[in-house]
Amino acid sequence: MNKKVKNGINVFLFLLPALALFVGVLIAPIFMSTAYSFHDMGPLDKISKDNFIGFKNYIELFTSDSLNFPLALKNSLLLAFFSVFIQLPLSLGLALLLGKGIKGERGFLSVFFMPVLISTIIIGQLWLKIYNPDYGLLTRALEAIGVIKEGSPIIWLGDKKIALAAAFVPILWQYVGYHMLLMYAGVKGVSPDLREAAMLDGATDSQINRYIVIPCIKPIIKVSVIFAITGSLKSYDLIKVLTDGGPNHATEVPSTLMINFLFARNRFGLGSTVAVMLIILCFFFAIVVNRVFRRED
Amino acid sequence: MAKETTKATAPPKDLSAYSIKKTNPVVKVIIYILLAIWTIINLFPLYWMFTFSLKTNPEIYGINVIGLPKEWHWEFYGLAMQRVNMLKLFGNSLLIAVASIAITIVVSLMATYALTRLVWKGSKLMNSFFMLGLTIPLHAALVPLFKAIKLVGLYDTYWALIIPYSAFSLAMAILICTGFMGEIPKDLDEAAYIDGCGVWGIFIRIIVPLMTPALATIGIYTFLQCWNEFMFASNFTSKLKTIPVGVQTFFGQHTTDWGIVGAALVIATFPTLLIYVFLSRKIQESFMAGAIKG
Repeated sequence: MNKKVKNGINVFLFLLPALALFVGVLIAPIFMSTAYSFHDMGPLDKISKDNFIGFKNYIELFTSDSLNFPLALKNSLLLAFFSVFIQLPLSLGLALLLGKGIKGERGFLSVFFMPVLISTIIIGQLWLKIYNPDYGLLTRALEAIGVIKEGSPIIWLGDKKIALAAAFVPILWQYVGYHMLLMYAGVKGVSPDLREAAMLDGATDSQINRYIVIPCIKPIIKVSVIFAITGSLKSYDLIKVLTDGGPNHATEVPSTLMINFLFARNRFGLGSTVAVMLIILCFFFAIVVNRVFRRED
Repeated sequence: MAKETTKATAPPKDLSAYSIKKTNPVVKVIIYILLAIWTIINLFPLYWMFTFSLKTNPEIYGINVIGLPKEWHWEFYGLAMQRVNMLKLFGNSLLIAVASIAITIVVSLMATYALTRLVWKGSKLMNSFFMLGLTIPLHAALVPLFKAIKLVGLYDTYWALIIPYSAFSLAMAILICTGFMGEIPKDLDEAAYIDGCGVWGIFIRIIVPLMTPALATIGIYTFLQCWNEFMFASNFTSKLKTIPVGVQTFFGQHTTDWGIVGAALVIATFPTLLIYVFLSRKIQESFMAGAIKG
C-alpha cells in the first residue's frame, strides 16, 4: 500500500512538466480559442458578458462577402485536392521506383528529401525569383524555347487565374520528398518473401506493386493523405511569402485571413473563429480519411 | 533462364539486385531518366540560387542566366551578413533551438518513463491524451498564447518561442521515446530495484544512459520544427528575430540586388544542408519515426 502511494506521487512528479507544458500551451488554448470565437474582442479585451455575441462570428465568417472566408476555404481545399491527387501519386511513384532497389537508391532518396529541410520562407523567396516576370528562371526558360515572347511575360503570381496553381508548385516541389520518404520506408518494410513468391509466380513489377506493395503500405498512404489534407488546410508560410493571399484574394487561405483579422484588423474574436474552424476541419478530415481507408479493407 | 532460377533461390537480401536485373533494359533506362529528371528539378533551383548569389544584376538579367558566374562576387556574402545581421539571427535561432531541444528531451523522457515503465491505472489513456498533440495545429494556440505572452511580459523574449516550440514538439518526442524505451529490457529495472534503486535511481542510472540514441532523433526532430517555424516566430517577437523572420523582413526592404538576396538565402540554407550531409540517415529516420507508428 505504502509503495503504491509513493509510486503515485512519482508518476505525478514525472508527468508534471509534460502535463504543464502540454495542457498550458496546447489544450487550454484550444478551449480559450473556442471561448474567444464567441466574443467580439480586440487584442487587449477580456471575455465578458458585454462582448459575448454567440455564433455571430461564425455567421459573419460564412456569409460576409468582404471577409472572403468561403473563398479561402475553397482555395485550401483545392490545395488539398492537388496535394492528394498530384503530389501523393508522384511521391508514391518515386517511392516504388526507389524502394524496389536500384543502384544509387540512397543518393536519390537523399536528394529528393532535401527540399523538406529548407525553411519554407527561403523556398518561397527562391520561387519568387524563379517566377519573376522580368528576369526569373522560368520566364527566361520559356523565352528560350519560344513559348512566350520577350516583353510579354506571364505574371505567374499576379494573375488571378493562375496564381493559386503557381503557388502550389513550390508546395509540391518542397513536400513530394517528405511523402516519398514515408512511403519509401513502407515499401522497404514489405517482406521480401512476399515479393519473391509473387515473382516466382511470374508477376510483373507493376503487378507486384499493385497487388502486394500498395496494399501493404496502405496505413502509410493513409497517414500521408491525412498530412497532405491537414497541411493544405493549415498552409501559411509559402502563401504568405509568395502572394500574401493576393492578387485580389485569389490565393487567400484560412491562415492568411486569420493573421489578417488578428493583426491588421485587431479582431481577435473573428481570428479565433478561423482557428477553431481549422481545428474542427483538421480533425474532421482525419476522421473521414480514416473511415474511407477502413471501408476499403 | 537457368540463371534466373539460381538467382531466385538466393537469400532474400539479394532480391533487390535480382528484381532490377530481371527488368527489361529499356524500362531500366526509362526509370533512370525519370529519376534523373526529378533530381534536376530538385537540384537546379538550388544551383541557380547559388550561382545568382555570386553574380551582378546585369549578368543575372541577361548575359548569363544559368551559367556559372563569370566573376565570383563573394563580397555579396559579406554584404548580406552585414545587412541582414545574419550572425545575430543565427545566434537567436540557435539559442531558441538548443533550449527547446533540451526542454523537450528532459520533459519527454520523464513523461515516457512514467507512461511506459511505472505501473498505474490510466497510463494508456494519458498516452493517447498526449498523442492528440500530433494533430493539433499551431493555429489553435496562436491567439491565447499571444495574449498570455503579452500579459506576462514575455513578448519579444526567447521564452516566447522556446516554451511553445517545446510544447508542440512534445507529442512526437514522447512517441519517439516510447519506441526507444520499449527496447530497454524491463529486467534491468527489476534488477536495479532489487539492488535498492528507487524509481528515480532507475530513471537516472539505467534509463537515461540507455536512451542516448533516442536523443539524436528527438533533437533533430525538434531542431527542424523550430529552426524553420514562421507563424509563431513572426508574431511572438519583433526585435528578436529568428532566421526565417529576419530573412523575410530583409526581403521586404531589399529586392533590387539579386546577388545579396541570393547570398542571404544561401547563408540561411547552408547550416541545415551541412547538417543534412553528415546526418542524412538519422534525419530521415527521425521524420519516419512518427508516421510509421502513427
